[in-house]
Amino acid sequence: MDSDFKNVFFIRFFLNFSDDFKVNSSQLKIGDRTFTSRLIVGTGKYASFEETRDAIAASGAEMITLAVRRIELDKTKDSILNFLDPKTYCFLPNTAGCYTVKEAVMTCQLAREAGLGNMVKVEVIGDEKTLFPDNEATLEASKVLVKDGFQVLPYCTDDVVLCKKLEEVGCSAVMPLAAPIGSGLGVCNPFTIKLILEAVQVPVIVDAGVGTASDACRAMELGIDGLLMNTAIAGAKDPIKMACAMKAAVECGRQAFEAGRIPKKLYASASSPLDGLIDI
Amino acid sequence: MVLKINGEEKNISSSINLAELLLELEIVSPHCAVALNQEVVPSSKLKQTKIHDGDNVEIVHAVGGGL
Repeated sequence: MDSDFKNVFFIRFFLNFSDDFKVNSSQLKIGDRTFTSRLIVGTGKYASFEETRDAIAASGAEMITLAVRRIELDKTKDSILNFLDPKTYCFLPNTAGCYTVKEAVMTCQLAREAGLGNMVKVEVIGDEKTLFPDNEATLEASKVLVKDGFQVLPYCTDDVVLCKKLEEVGCSAVMPLAAPIGSGLGVCNPFTIKLILEAVQVPVIVDAGVGTASDACRAMELGIDGLLMNTAIAGAKDPIKMACAMKAAVECGRQAFEAGRIPKKLYASASSPLDGLIDI
Repeated sequence: MVLKINGEEKNISSSINLAELLLELEIVSPHCAVALNQEVVPSSKLKQTKIHDGDNVEIVHAVGGGL
């Protein structure tokens, strides 16, 4: 009993202790929305709608992407929206699969009419093999959509000049890729992401290419405002566990960024005092 | 009259509007949207929009997707 009491005491002590040092992470603001979570997740590639729902809940994401496709005329299939409450999540309809400005603009307009809101993820694909975006078409589509009252979040390559142009035409954020969609390579060029962060005022959301939790953490440590992923979670052996890992990784990476890491250097520097060493 | 709905040819008995077409197809979800001959039709104008023989109708909704 005595030792049980001690254990409870110590557990309480440490819980209180850690509560005292709880870090208030800053919030993510995109357009007119504010989010506590900096993780944005896709809803594709899951084995079932139940798995989609559970993995997304585990990720802690508040913004989720959806695609817009033809409805099944035989009506035998359930709708994903029966599993994802619009009161819980901010929907971010995407233009995945669009190869032209017209297709992307029309897809966003259809999404708005379908009640999915006016914040959209614009992607105009330029190459089937790499799924790299057609940046020129992305810029044009973004311009048209901003004028049409949308809050535009464009998926783009990690190009500083392009990101500045996307900001100039009124995009609410820029979303440079870390690596090709679904590749799981992690941030291939952290230096360009850093330069984009310096170049634009709007949030920088790294979109696509993350493979595992360390990739997410490293991306967040760069100081990006948010991270968007789908395959890394949905394609994991245990998507729900990976969703938990990604949630923690994004929070860890952000906290480390806000805490400010020590500079890297080549030689050692002792962390114990050099004075007071015993004389033998 | 014959319409092309989501790529499939369908016979529709009489001249109707888009809201009536959705009812006939038993599409009752509030989360769907319609394009008629490549133009997005605002959800508030479905009732006023008549459809004609040979029209191309696309009816879409949200599905799971990321990138």
